[in-house]
Amino acid sequence: MRYLCLIYDEESLWQTRPKAEAEQLFGEYRAFTEGIQQSGHYVGGNPLQPTPTASTVRVRNGKVSTTDGPFAETKEQLGGYYLIEAKDLNDAIQVASRIPSAKTGSIEVRPIMEMK
Amino acid sequence: MTDQGEVPPPGQGVIDAIYRAESRRVLATLIRLLGDFDLAEEALHDAFLAAMEQWPRTGVPSNPRAWLVSTGRFKAIDGLRKRARFDAAMADLADLLETESAEALAPGAELIEDDQLRLIFTCCHPALPPDARVALTLREVCGLGTEEIAHAFLLPAPTVAQRIVRAKAKIRDARIPYQVPSRPELPDRLDTVLRVIYLVFNEGYSASSGEAHTRHDLCSEAIRLGRLLVALLPDAETMGLLALMLLHESRSASRTSPMGDMILLEAQDRSRWNRPQIAEGIALVERALATRKVGPYALQAAIAALHGEATDAAATDWREIAGLYSVLYRLAPSPVVELNQAVAVAMRDGPEAGLSRIDTILARGDLADYHLIHAAKADLCRRSGRLVEAKASYVMALGLVKQGPERRYLEARLQELDQNG
Repeated sequence: MRYLCLIYDEESLWQTRPKAEAEQLFGEYRAFTEGIQQSGHYVGGNPLQPTPTASTVRVRNGKVSTTDGPFAETKEQLGGYYLIEAKDLNDAIQVASRIPSAKTGSIEVRPIMEMK
Repeated sequence: MTDQGEVPPPGQGVIDAIYRAESRRVLATLIRLLGDFDLAEEALHDAFLAAMEQWPRTGVPSNPRAWLVSTGRFKAIDGLRKRARFDAAMADLADLLETESAEALAPGAELIEDDQLRLIFTCCHPALPPDARVALTLREVCGLGTEEIAHAFLLPAPTVAQRIVRAKAKIRDARIPYQVPSRPELPDRLDTVLRVIYLVFNEGYSASSGEAHTRHDLCSEAIRLGRLLVALLPDAETMGLLALMLLHESRSASRTSPMGDMILLEAQDRSRWNRPQIAEGIALVERALATRKVGPYALQAAIAALHGEATDAAATDWREIAGLYSVLYRLAPSPVVELNQAVAVAMRDGPEAGLSRIDTILARGDLADYHLIHAAKADLCRRSGRLVEAKASYVMALGLVKQGPERRYLEARLQELDQNG
């Protein structure tokens, strides 16, 4: 079964983090990604550009409206995701708990609705 | 006509007794075999219907549990096959279940006990909302009806029903597995289970609002769950929790007067305490302490055991109790533990020592709307002759208390002060 792990963290931390720390975190992410590729959990995943690059699009009465910024202003922002293949929720939680940002932010784990 | 030597046909009473003893275990195994709560419940129901129909003719099988499991499994697969006429996907599911569950169906007693443990861990999974964990555990593990659960928690039945339906949907859709957590996960996961059981017990022991001081059924269900857990997973904290519940429960007959008023520990008639429960609780505490891996439940049980051992209130070992509270505070710091510690210190060193600790908690802004801190402060002020402050604290407590018997107790204390001062 596939699960989407949405990584929420305080974006401002990325801007203020000293270079050495950021390097270390990138290293942890590389190691984590390689780890779940080897274990067969990895399906896909990407970091996202920060929220100032976000646009939110809606269509109302046939009219497209585009606004600047993310869908919701929250304390922690969506910063990236992994799509994983896991045996069950416990397995998915195990994987999610090893995502480096879990130590500072939050990982939302959502089962993929499989369309037949 | 009955052939000679045949077992006499069982009456309804025998089947009822088997239902009470076996239905939850059979359900737990059927959930594993069928992989679905609703399907398993239906299968359990069908299996007992079949038993009521067949056993009076054929006699009770030598292993009724195994008979019920295999009948339930057969009925479920058969039911899916019948539905397959309208929905082709059902046929695949039926085939899959038939092969998978045939492999899994090795009815050793040990496996079946594991199923109950699986069921407990699934119902108490941290991915379910806390309210739903409680409702689901009482429904699936204890077999309580939705109406009974709603009544015990003073909730509308549709609310409870909805919690259960949503929880089952999440178990299915997010694929919460039917398994006992692995070693590294176990401490956290066990903690969630113990919390659910203790919450059920507390809800029964001291209803948070309303007149009924003890809703006994919930206490016995919690103790039953505690026993089951100790049998399946005997570690320090499961034993600690069972001991704690037994030791509290041992005093239930003496906690309220015939008029329904509350009687505090020190004024209770200790001859009415349930000695076998105290003995069982103390033995469990000793076993838990011997593991040298005690946690908050075992420590609280050890404190309750010291109360249980004291022949009268004056003989209470407050030194030891105050000591245990400070260990508990180090392990699980919380303002409520601090409050209990303050009371124990007051009993050991005099009311002023306790009062200064209570004032520290209140000055920090903790527990300001918790009626028991004001009640404790009132009592200690009264003991040290600070009557004006005592009255003020009783009034504060009365403004916050929700439960009838506790309210009447506080009103009586306030009245005493008014008469004497």
